[in-house]
Amino acid sequence: MDALALSSSSSAAPAPGLTDPVFDAQRLFRIALAALSRPGTVHPLPVDLDPPSPLTPWAGALALTLLDLDTPVWLDVGLDTPAVRDWLRFHAGCPLVATPEQAAFALVGRVADLDDLTRFAIGDPEYPDRSATVIAQVAGLEPGAGWTLTGPGIKGRARLSVDGLPSGFPDAWAENAALYPQGVDLFLAAPRHLAALPRSVTVEG
Amino acid sequence: MTQHDSGVTFGYLDEQTKRMIRRAVLKAVAIPGYQVPFAGREMPLPYGWGTGGIQVTASIIGPDDVLKVIDQGADDTTNAVSIRRFFRRVTGVRTTEHTTEATLIQTRHRIPETPLGPDQILIYQVPIPEPLRFMEARETETRRMHALADYGVMHVKLYEDISQYGRIAKAYDYPVMVNGRYVMAPSPIPKFDNPKMHDAPFLQLFGAGREKRIYAVPPHTSVVSLDFEDHPFEVQSWDRVCDLCGADDSYLDEVVTDDAGGRLFVCSDSDYCAGRRAAGHEGPAAASAAGAALSETMTAVSREADGEGTP
Repeated sequence: MDALALSSSSSAAPAPGLTDPVFDAQRLFRIALAALSRPGTVHPLPVDLDPPSPLTPWAGALALTLLDLDTPVWLDVGLDTPAVRDWLRFHAGCPLVATPEQAAFALVGRVADLDDLTRFAIGDPEYPDRSATVIAQVAGLEPGAGWTLTGPGIKGRARLSVDGLPSGFPDAWAENAALYPQGVDLFLAAPRHLAALPRSVTVEG
Repeated sequence: MTQHDSGVTFGYLDEQTKRMIRRAVLKAVAIPGYQVPFAGREMPLPYGWGTGGIQVTASIIGPDDVLKVIDQGADDTTNAVSIRRFFRRVTGVRTTEHTTEATLIQTRHRIPETPLGPDQILIYQVPIPEPLRFMEARETETRRMHALADYGVMHVKLYEDISQYGRIAKAYDYPVMVNGRYVMAPSPIPKFDNPKMHDAPFLQLFGAGREKRIYAVPPHTSVVSLDFEDHPFEVQSWDRVCDLCGADDSYLDEVVTDDAGGRLFVCSDSDYCAGRRAAGHEGPAAASAAGAALSETMTAVSREADGEGTP
């Protein structure tokens, strides 16, 4: 087979990444840190980014902020497209793995599947940090409504409404919380808004 | 922001190192009090001079941040001055001595007296992150003890203090229980500062460079100093006030002023003390020759530190 034809068949150059990889990543990290250390808070995306569909802007921005050659990444069936794979490989250089249990980061597009979190790595009792961080592409986020959250980072209680997660999610999250200090951590990425649920937080439906 | 030294990357660390540290910081926040191992880098100053705190600061700092660095509460000591100068050179960010102006505060051994707010992050320099280390030297064993929440040995240590001295003798680096799960070393802050960590509105990050560990206490997290029902945790108190500013609520340092037994007790938090003096508060020795000399020295050093703008 013609090598040239093969390479051109995997389409054109990947879409652009962060305009300023150093300062954009720093800004995005600080927002991710604020979201994780104050569960229930919702943060808008401060940069322009247009990752290849079906990857949405905040999920793509978070990926370029946190992923590199040290982070095995798993793409679920909702995101595993050639364009997304090329874009992540080109900009982040991250290895893509075949199964969720191998992944340090899991990018989930079909969030209806998140009534089961047992597929992801939960870390060891002695190294609970060796667990997966799941970036879930949800449809929308609204603070002050929906679920009740309690735990570290929250004064009293906080409320967060997430559009797109299945009704079985609070039960799956309770199972995850029962593993504490092991367990997965979850970033909820709406197209232009971000929130996070560290494993230490309790979610009541 | 002034221009940072074009010969180095912003924040000194390369981007991959920053990402590695940022990922460790996120895991640390998700598991309050748990020590996350990280691939600590060689820094251009020796271990013991705050290389852990510097790596954490370097990984999170941005051009809009305002940085304050304190050593034992003071902005004008060697460690604080050199770290502040380092960050001014490698990031160009604005530095300050005023607690209320700072967005990031890197600290060695104190929490400022002025209460911090939700938009501030406190970064501790940590020499020995493992609170169980002096009872159990093997990392494999202390890891297992943390995994099993097996902290009996720590209570035995505190009990032995009581049987020997009649009280818990630990005065700094006093162990705390974080979020009801992990026993954590708060770094060598005086136990006077421990209550400020509990349910704090601000994020606290800890970096240990030689031991290569990062840990965290998120805002509004339970931080309980270990004690016994019949020997409850107590903080230090003084039967005197700051000799310069008259504060009765701050941690006092003893300063020897001559070779004839003269001494003053002054706030360890230099910004807090200076702020009170500027507001007209006066301590019992403020007008004495020794008090005036000390006050003048502190102002002179801080003026010098302010003038170090060009890298």
